Amino acid sequence: MYVAVKGGEEAIENSQRLLEQKRRGDTAVDELSIEQIKEQMSLAVDRVMTEGSLYNRDLAALAIKQAQGDLVEAIFLLRAYRTTLPRLGVSEPINTNSMCIQRRISSTFKDIPGGQVLGATYDYTHRLLDFSLMAEGDEPVSTDELKQMESAADTPRMPRVVDLLNAEGLIETESDGAGTGNIPDLTREPLTLPADRQLRLQALARADEGFLLALGYSTQRGYGNNHPFAGEIRHGTLNIEITPPELGFPIVIGEIEITECEMINQFTGSKKKPPQFTRGYGIAFGHSERKAMSMALIDRALRCAEFGETVVSPAQDQEFVLSHTDNVEASGFVQHLKLPHYVDFQSELELVRRLRKERGDNKQSGIDEKCA
Amino acid sequence: MQHESISLSDHKPLLSVNDISHYYGNSIGCRNVSFDLYPGEVLGIVGESGSGKSTLLKCLSASLAPSTGSILYRDRTDAVHDIYAVSEAKRRMLARTDWGIVEQNPRDGLRLNVSAGANIGERLMAVGARHYGDIRHEALGWLGKVEIDLNRVDDFPATFSGGMQQRLQIARNLVNKPRLIFMDEPTGGLDVSVQARLLDLLRRLVSELNLSVIIVTHDLAVARLLSHRLMVMQRGEVVESGLTDQVLDDPHHPYTQLLVSSVLVA
Amino acid sequence: MRMNDSGLDGYNFAYLDEQTKRMIRRAILKAIAIPGYQVPFGSREMPLPYGWGTGGIQITAAVLGTDDTLKVIDQGSDDTTNAVNIRRFFSRTAGVATTTKTTEASVIQTRHRIPEKKLREDQVLIYQVPIPEPLRFMEPREIETRKMHALQEYGVMHVKLYEDIARFGHIATTYNYPVRVNDRYVMAPSPIPKFDNPKMNDMPALQLFGAGREKRIYAIPPYTKVSSLDFDDHPFEVQKWDETCALCGASDSFLDEIVLNDTGDRMFVCSDSDYCEERRELGYKGTQPEEQGDAA
Repeated sequence: MYVAVKGGEEAIENSQRLLEQKRRGDTAVDELSIEQIKEQMSLAVDRVMTEGSLYNRDLAALAIKQAQGDLVEAIFLLRAYRTTLPRLGVSEPINTNSMCIQRRISSTFKDIPGGQVLGATYDYTHRLLDFSLMAEGDEPVSTDELKQMESAADTPRMPRVVDLLNAEGLIETESDGAGTGNIPDLTREPLTLPADRQLRLQALARADEGFLLALGYSTQRGYGNNHPFAGEIRHGTLNIEITPPELGFPIVIGEIEITECEMINQFTGSKKKPPQFTRGYGIAFGHSERKAMSMALIDRALRCAEFGETVVSPAQDQEFVLSHTDNVEASGFVQHLKLPHYVDFQSELELVRRLRKERGDNKQSGIDEKCA
Repeated sequence: MQHESISLSDHKPLLSVNDISHYYGNSIGCRNVSFDLYPGEVLGIVGESGSGKSTLLKCLSASLAPSTGSILYRDRTDAVHDIYAVSEAKRRMLARTDWGIVEQNPRDGLRLNVSAGANIGERLMAVGARHYGDIRHEALGWLGKVEIDLNRVDDFPATFSGGMQQRLQIARNLVNKPRLIFMDEPTGGLDVSVQARLLDLLRRLVSELNLSVIIVTHDLAVARLLSHRLMVMQRGEVVESGLTDQVLDDPHHPYTQLLVSSVLVA
Repeated sequence: MRMNDSGLDGYNFAYLDEQTKRMIRRAILKAIAIPGYQVPFGSREMPLPYGWGTGGIQITAAVLGTDDTLKVIDQGSDDTTNAVNIRRFFSRTAGVATTTKTTEASVIQTRHRIPEKKLREDQVLIYQVPIPEPLRFMEPREIETRKMHALQEYGVMHVKLYEDIARFGHIATTYNYPVRVNDRYVMAPSPIPKFDNPKMNDMPALQLFGAGREKRIYAIPPYTKVSSLDFDDHPFEVQKWDETCALCGASDSFLDEIVLNDTGDRMFVCSDSDYCEERRELGYKGTQPEEQGDAA
């Protein structure tokens, strides 16, 4: 249906050569290295890994470099690569209780077993441009000082805050679905609606951060409010294990960095059932609190049917949310409007011209005059 | 238009509609409609879809300002208000004390995120009821009157069947004893057996509470069962009006004749 | 961001320029003139994120003078991170004296609490407000809520309270409990616990409320009637604890629950750290009078 303009091939080749130049920028300026991106733009790397659904810092950094810093494009690159990879095995479920904590806060209790660990955060920075960073020769924090800070955070046991509530029966018990066997896999099967929570969480985990942020925000402003409290946000590293069939026991294959958010939400209950808080869950690769928190808000909003809540707002409508979360899909379709639509448009053009002509012929001037 | 002596007030119209027209751009919604409605009277507005009856009802119930014309309402103190000339505050006050609006789709007329009891109690609280026990007592009483199991008082309306939702909507509107009810196809979308039960209920409540009702319907059987008087609308205009039996048994206007005969044929 | 204790070059006293402060002060005056009414104002971008107190900070910046003494609390305490951060912001940008003592402060910015100690006429209490609209959760549309306020159509607030009682046997709203100010406007007191609601009534100090993201300022002038919504047969009640403060033994203060371990042990301490400290200095003791270590 789409008509290629003559000479298109050459135009595309030229465009891509131009793009190469644009991407590189002024050659008098040093080229960015993958290492630099990994080390100094680590939060961008984290986002690309999360939404690209692939934990690989090198490849994510490469994608960012190749996409000139356009993160949605970088996510696309990583996804496109991911899809080519063979699946060698399935890891054991992770348990964030065993996380090596770098940051861990709860807004529901002033102090918690293991303590509040602020870690590295922009939360309490004043957003004033630091012009000293413009100057060359940035002076790093001394490694001694860093070690000192790290050892301070050297962790005592840190039980999950919602587990403390759970012990008292104050919050709904969550089932890990173990034994139910069939955990669907969104990366291999299409999304089917209505989607159960496992599938929804998978979709939300790779969903566009901006979209989840806006929807999560809408719930806070009354469009499907569910009274959230940040029960716990924890960030740190975890071992990943697989159990090779020939061994029969789990072995560690590596370590990943994740951010987890457990929201404590509006309680439910009735005269017959004692009130209990409900949960919303969010998780992301790397350090990505905005994403994990937004995800937790939407997870809870999408559980409205479980709690007999009426769907009144976009964030509670799973078809609306899940169909539009994926930025690879969304970006593709929005931008496809740049593709030629000559034929479709020509057909419409012809129709509108014909309708206008017919009206002119009929001289229904009475109505037109009233209009004017 | 101010206070007059109250004697014979029953013989004065509750609602006087004077030459109401509404245009959507340059197409006609309804045109040159005038009539009086008396206390305790049920007026049916019939016609096929697109005939302007819903537009007219919206104008009458203060939810769509007419392009021209006026609507006068006589309140409990016999004071007369031009409902599109009074302040919005007054108009909204009348809407929640003196009038009720029963929407075709009960979901448009109910508050879905609160229980049946709260739905019924809302209008009481809106005019200052501040005793939980009394409000609940009243809500239970009305659930009984509209034949809903009292055990459902704390359930969300979404868990109700379509017929129950419609009855709940009626209870929610009648709880603070309004004088004038507007209904838009109240039985539309319901099964025939459910319709019959709802019509029975409506008929009983209207006579018990001496309500004045304006009901829009495309269903002549509904109109015959409920209304004292009928107005037949076609292309935005009233083409025939009179006592219900008269209009249906001896229609004069060709459109009314067509309407009546098509029901008979069907 | 590197910290620099020598103040901030290139910025006006208390960060905002004087024109902006005047605009905010005009909004404050209007708010005081119409108690409980939400006055829209041209909220500015602040160097702290929306939702972290930008409304309170803008009001504080607009009313702060060089001779003021500022106290900042979050959850009742001067030493929570957000309070420390905002206090630091004003000592950097305004160089004003700061204090943790309620009695010494002339301006108190707060998030989620009212100090236990009764405030005086020469003090101003500034609340950080996330959602200024008390009707929001029954009616999200602003066009409609403004109309409801104008016409005093507040029945829907009681629908919410009715629903609580029907489902739980009690009014289940525990914080941001709606109040009626001066018998006219229904107002959100910001997410203070309802324990603090009675303190708002007839308070000698001026109370100002700032919502930065939502761009609204509202106020309760000194000695104004503030009543919490309720039913005749389910009157408004504040939280009560079986425990007393483990540090100072107070039985009249709002208590924070502190989880000590994962076997369910916990203790209760005053959320108002200044109140607790002062009591301990006066010799009051609780069941566990030793100091708790600071959070990491």
